[in-house]
Amino acid sequence: MTRELLFAGFGGQGLLFSGKVIAYKGLIEDKNVSWLPSYGPEMRGGTANCSVIISDEPVGAPIISNPDVLVAMNLPSLDKYESEVKPGGSIFVDNSLIERKVQRTDVNVYYVPATRLAGENGAPTLANMILVGKLLQVFGEYDEELVRKALGKCISARHADLLDLNLKCMEIGRDYE
Amino acid sequence: MAEKVLMKGNEAIAEAAIIAGCRHYFGYPITPQTEIAAYMAKRMPKIGGTFLQAESEIAAINMVYGVSAAGKRVMTSSSSPGISLKSEGISYLAGADLPSVVVNCQRGGPGLGGIQPSQSDYFQATRGGGHGDYHMIVLAPASVQEMAELTIRGFELADEYRMTSMILADGTIGQMMEPVSFDFEIKEAPAKPWATTGTQMKREHNVVNSLYLVPDVLEVKNFERYEKYAQICEKEAVAEEYMLEDAEIVIAAFGIAARVARNAVNAARAEGIKVGLIRPITLWPFPVKTFQKALGTAKQFISVELSMGQMIEDVRLATECRVPVTLCNRAGGMIPSPDQVYEAIKAAAGKAGE
Amino acid sequence: MVVFDKPHALADVPLHYCPGCTHGIVHRLVAEAIDELEIEGRTVGVAPVGCAVMAYDYFTCDMIEAAHGRAPAVATGVKRSDPDNLIVFTYQGDGDLASIGTAETVHAAARNENITVIFINNAIYGMTGGQMAPTSLPGQVTQTSPYGRDVNACGYPVKICEMLSMLEGPEYLERVAVNNVKNVRKAKKAIRKAFQNQIDKKGFSLIEVISACPTNWGMTPSKALKWIDDNMIPYYPLGVYKDRSAGIIPGAKEEA
Repeated sequence: MTRELLFAGFGGQGLLFSGKVIAYKGLIEDKNVSWLPSYGPEMRGGTANCSVIISDEPVGAPIISNPDVLVAMNLPSLDKYESEVKPGGSIFVDNSLIERKVQRTDVNVYYVPATRLAGENGAPTLANMILVGKLLQVFGEYDEELVRKALGKCISARHADLLDLNLKCMEIGRDYE
Repeated sequence: MAEKVLMKGNEAIAEAAIIAGCRHYFGYPITPQTEIAAYMAKRMPKIGGTFLQAESEIAAINMVYGVSAAGKRVMTSSSSPGISLKSEGISYLAGADLPSVVVNCQRGGPGLGGIQPSQSDYFQATRGGGHGDYHMIVLAPASVQEMAELTIRGFELADEYRMTSMILADGTIGQMMEPVSFDFEIKEAPAKPWATTGTQMKREHNVVNSLYLVPDVLEVKNFERYEKYAQICEKEAVAEEYMLEDAEIVIAAFGIAARVARNAVNAARAEGIKVGLIRPITLWPFPVKTFQKALGTAKQFISVELSMGQMIEDVRLATECRVPVTLCNRAGGMIPSPDQVYEAIKAAAGKAGE
Repeated sequence: MVVFDKPHALADVPLHYCPGCTHGIVHRLVAEAIDELEIEGRTVGVAPVGCAVMAYDYFTCDMIEAAHGRAPAVATGVKRSDPDNLIVFTYQGDGDLASIGTAETVHAAARNENITVIFINNAIYGMTGGQMAPTSLPGQVTQTSPYGRDVNACGYPVKICEMLSMLEGPEYLERVAVNNVKNVRKAKKAIRKAFQNQIDKKGFSLIEVISACPTNWGMTPSKALKWIDDNMIPYYPLGVYKDRSAGIIPGAKEEA
């Protein structure tokens, strides 16, 4: 099985980080993974995205044209990528930042007011992780031990205190109905 | 086996260089390779090595020249415009038969071009790049794991043949993260009796030089170097072969283009099209034998490139123009999609069927 | 009894320099310093592109030939390869150091790279046959300034010691000349000090040596030496421009 995920939003929303956590989780599970960021000036205050591929097979092109999963954290990203999601795929929308609904009817859509929830829980910069929590829960892949391990790989020991906060946000996402 | 870590391609190059015993790195910031410099800046001071941000790419390559003359493993890295600046120094390294490793994490050109991935420095890399008769060994990684492996191989080959090894990567492979294992056995660097390490008053002085004002002496130097190059062509050409056994259509692609092409080959095979892939891992020496072998079944070659078509010339030379070779490309920082390559395969299959 | 001997660090080969050229004198001063400080076995010299390009054949220490202007970068690499043991010097002319290699010169000085730079300023390109140098004097006639250096079109000469003295980095900058015995003695002292500084790990030392090029100046050797007194030295005053250890720090003076 191969799953292609696209995380898209503004620079600074932690999209690259959430992609990395998902990729590391795949690596720990012994899958083939790739993580490809957009790079350059567009990262500075503009749009940022990253493509993550998790597969049982060797990963070919790390570039994604038609994602199975889109995580959209701003309107331009939803506008740009909504039409490219594979039929039957999934779109996760931070609806505290994106007011409009997804137009497509052939995809599964999950609305999570991630930015509002993050703010309410004292972690205003971790809306990304709320969406990741939701995403893993939707796919039935929220394994607490794996998640903790993956986070441990992505957060340096120096910032160990942040691990618990990330975990808390992922749990908020997991439990959000 | 060592644990796999998730790492950017550029960082994998830097770590592999350190594992290979490189303790001197000189660079100048340029997108999309700056992670190499940043990694070296962090690591070198902790292991007693030297990281120096030079005043220019020109200075950096000449610092490389100095360390190499003194017999130590040394590396620099840049991206396309910076490699043009380094080309003077690379020519001098060739003229003085000094080993070095130079990374080119290519971006679109010419001129300032863009910062998105490209393969349009193929000619520059495989033909030498600077002035004079010379070659570099050119290694083309297609994964983060290969970024590490080929960097280490690059140091070995550089020392063995006293040449520059160029790691010809691109912005995608430099920026992407994949699992990588650094479980390498490192061959010890050979002795370098020619190095300028000080005579200790025990030997005649060593001179590292590329100046030969007497033309017949310089001619001999050039012929000797080309005998060495002939040996390298014989011994060191490497390519990955994928589904070639019965392939009537053969894709030639290296680096990131090969990964895209592989997806397309899989899709076309699923449709019953007899297509395969040759992925040159050494671009110089070019894996001519692999292409000649493929001629046994191949009726057409397609060169898939992130350029206006540069490697295609080597594909034509390697196949001696015995079958058609067409180009499937994007340029300027764009990457062909698997669909585009798939369509090219379908078109070729249609023609082959006629 | 030996009254005059060749320094060990100077190879016993004929030099290719023109009659009256002062490169030979400076080569000898460098070799004498290497002998006296007993550092030949751990010294690596970096030769330039220009008249001294073949200096790699003239010194008995290990030698490297660098690309035009890049000697300070090459020397940086060599020095960094073994900073505790190697003694590294560059020997460069004015085109090499003050024109094409200005960036490498300035930044090696700014880093206080622990190397010794011998800078031959004879106000002309010698090897290519007498073209205008970055240090050619205003009005100086050369092959590429046939009507005299016009400062409105070509700009003014680059005064390296003055320029570098404003940097915080370098340890020691001195301008000397080799046009008479007294000046040669001073030059010898300066060059030796520039090597001693490196041994003492004090950092970047540059000795600018005002030199003669009778061939391309179109003069007899003796006239060329006088021309240095009459024209070069007034424009390029001799002396110590910076000596941090001795408290001669012009940049700091400005601040105070």
